[in-house]
Amino acid sequence: MSALSTVRERFFSQSRRSEDLTIGIILLALVVAFWILSPPGSFLSVANIKNIGVDASELMILSAGMTLLLIAGGLDLSIGSVVIFAAVLSAKTINAVAGTGPDTGPLAYHHLGLAIAAGVAVAIASGVAWGLFNSFVILRLKVPPFIATLAALGMALGLAEVISSGTNVSGLPLPLQEDFGLGEAFGILPWPIVTAAAVTAVLWVLLSKTRFGLRTYALGANVESARRAGIRVDRHMLTLYVLMGALAGIVSVVDIARFGTATLAAHSQDALSAISAVVIGGTSLFGGRGRMFGTVIGVLIPAVLLNGFVILQIESFWQNVAVGAVLIVAVYIDQLRRQAGPST
Amino acid sequence: MTLLAARGIRKRYGQVEALRGVDLEVGDGEVHALIGDNGAGKSTLVKTLSGVISPDAGELELRGAKVHFHGPRDAQGAGIETVYQDLALAPSLDAGANIFLGREPLRGGVRGRLGFLDRSRMRQEASVALADLGVELPSLEAEVGTMSGGQRQAVAVARAAVWGTALIVMDEPTAALGVRQTEVVLSLIRRVCEQKGVSVLLISHNMAHVLEVADTVTVMRLGRRAAVRRAADTSLEELTLLMAGLGGDAEPDAEAEAEDER
Ligand SMILES: Nc1ncnc2c1ncn2[C@@H]1O[C@H](COP(=O)(O)OP(=O)(O)OP(=O)(O)O)[C@@H](O)[C@H]1O
Ligand SMILES: [Mg+2]
Repeated sequence: MSALSTVRERFFSQSRRSEDLTIGIILLALVVAFWILSPPGSFLSVANIKNIGVDASELMILSAGMTLLLIAGGLDLSIGSVVIFAAVLSAKTINAVAGTGPDTGPLAYHHLGLAIAAGVAVAIASGVAWGLFNSFVILRLKVPPFIATLAALGMALGLAEVISSGTNVSGLPLPLQEDFGLGEAFGILPWPIVTAAAVTAVLWVLLSKTRFGLRTYALGANVESARRAGIRVDRHMLTLYVLMGALAGIVSVVDIARFGTATLAAHSQDALSAISAVVIGGTSLFGGRGRMFGTVIGVLIPAVLLNGFVILQIESFWQNVAVGAVLIVAVYIDQLRRQAGPST
Repeated sequence: MTLLAARGIRKRYGQVEALRGVDLEVGDGEVHALIGDNGAGKSTLVKTLSGVISPDAGELELRGAKVHFHGPRDAQGAGIETVYQDLALAPSLDAGANIFLGREPLRGGVRGRLGFLDRSRMRQEASVALADLGVELPSLEAEVGTMSGGQRQAVAVARAAVWGTALIVMDEPTAALGVRQTEVVLSLIRRVCEQKGVSVLLISHNMAHVLEVADTVTVMRLGRRAAVRRAADTSLEELTLLMAGLGGDAEPDAEAEAEDER
C-alpha cells in the first residue's frame, strides 16, 4: 500500500464515522441543553433516564427492523396497525387462557404463565402473518411496497377493530403489567428497555457482521447485481418483511404489558416515526446505506425532546415540530457532506 | 478443442426475436470476440450463457457435455463468470464485498454456522486478486460507487477472474472508458486468459480492439451467426462488411432478411 492510499483509506473510514458524529452531537447538545435548563436533578436523574428509555423502547424495536428494511430498499408503512392487530389478538388470547373477572386477584390466575406464553406466541404469529401478507403482495403480485403496506396499514387496523368490536381490550392480568411492563430486570433495568436493547443488539450484529447483513446492503444498493450474484433476492426480502412483522408482534406485547390494555387509538404514527428515526440516523431512503448506531441516536433524539419538553413544561405538541426540524437538518447535513465528499 | 458450444439458441421478447437460432463455439484458452451491430443479440446470447435468461430453444455444451442453466448460480457452478455491460456492481459496497458477493467467506466454527462473515479474509483475497491483475485502487475500503469507470471495470473483471474457471464473458468492457483505461482493461483481458488458462468471450464494438486481443472472431447479425474468422486472417474492412451483412457467408443472412420482410 502506498502512503497516499493509506491516507485516503483513513479519510474514507473517518468520513463514515463522522456521519455518526453529526447526529451524535445533535443528541448530546439536546441532552446538555435540557440538563442546563431543567431544575437540578430532574432531567439527568436515574429515574428520568429510565423514563426516556422506556418511552423509546417500542420505537427502538420497530426502527431497528426498519433500518434493515430501508437498507435493503424495502418499506413497511403497516407496522403501527400490525402492532394494534397483534396486541388485540394477544390480549384476547391472554384473557381467554388466564380467565378474567371482577374479583380476580393475582392468585386467581391459574394459568398465568401459559397465558402469557400463548399471548406472546399469538402476537409474534400475527406479526409474521402480516409480514407474509406484505411479502406476497409486494413480491408475488409486484405491488410497490409503498402501496402494498399502505393497504395493509388500513386492513390490519380494520381487522383489529372488527375482532375487538371497536373497543380496547382491557382487564389483562395485573402481574403482566406489574412484573414486566412496569417491572425491572433484577430490580435494575426496566424490562421494556432490556427487550429493546436485546432486539437492537441482535439486529446490529446481524446487519454489520453477517452474510445476511452484507446481502441486505447489496440488495438495496443494486438488486440486479445481487440477483446476478446468485442471491435469492425474493427470499431475502421475504425474510426482512416477516422479521419486521415479528418485531411488531414483540412491540405489541411490550405495549399491552406497559398499559394493561390493547389500545386501538395508538400507534397510527409508528411507521412514520420509525422511518424518520432511521433517516435521522443516516440511513438512505433509497437503500444500500445505513447503520444501526445512527438509528439508535435517531430514536433517542425524539424521545429526549419529548421528555425535555415535558420537564420544561413546554407543550408536548412542540415535540412534533422539533422532530420535523431535526429530520430536515439531519438530511440536509447529510446531503452537504455527500456533495463535499468523494464524487458521485 | 471446443470449451463451450451453443447451438440453435432462440429467444423471443414479445414481437422481437432477439436470437434466431444462433451458434457459437468458444475454444479452450482463447480470447473469442463476439461482434455485431446494435441489437444483433450479443447481450441476449451472453445472458443465456450466464444463466440470467433461459432460451426458448437450442442447447449448450460445456466440454462436450450438455448443460442447462436455470439461474446465474448454475452457470457460476459450471465455471462461467460474466462481466455485464452495465457492470452490476453494488455501488455502496467496497471492492472486496463486490468481488465476494453471493459467495462470501464465513468464519470458522459456530460463528461461521451462524453466518458471520470473515471480513479480513475477504479483504485479503480481494487485494491479492486485484494485485495479480495489476489493478491499483485508491483504497480497498472505498465504496465502488466512488471509483472511476476504469477502476469499477477492474473490480468487475477481478470478480470474474477470481471465480471463473472455464469461461469469462465480458460484455463491452471498454465501452465507457478513456484511451488509457481501455488499454489497461484490454491487457487485463489477455492476462486473465494467460494466467488462469480460462477462455474469454469478449463483446465489443471496437474492431481495432477486437483484432488486438482476440484469437477468434464470431460476427453476429440479426440474431444469427454471420461468420467466424481467425483474427490473424481477417481485417477491419472485412469485419465491417460482415457486420453489415455484406460478403462472407451470406446464406443465413438472406434467410434472416426474408424473415424480416414478413
Ligand atoms: N428484456 C428485453 N425485452 C425486450 N426486448 C429485448 C430485451 N432484451 C433485448 N431485447 C431486444 O432484443 C434485441 C437484441 O438485443 P441485445 O441487447 O441482445 O443486442 P446487442 O447485440 O447486445 O446490442 P448492443 O450492441 O446495442 O448492446 C434488441 O432488438 C432488443 O431490443
Ligand atoms: Mg449489448
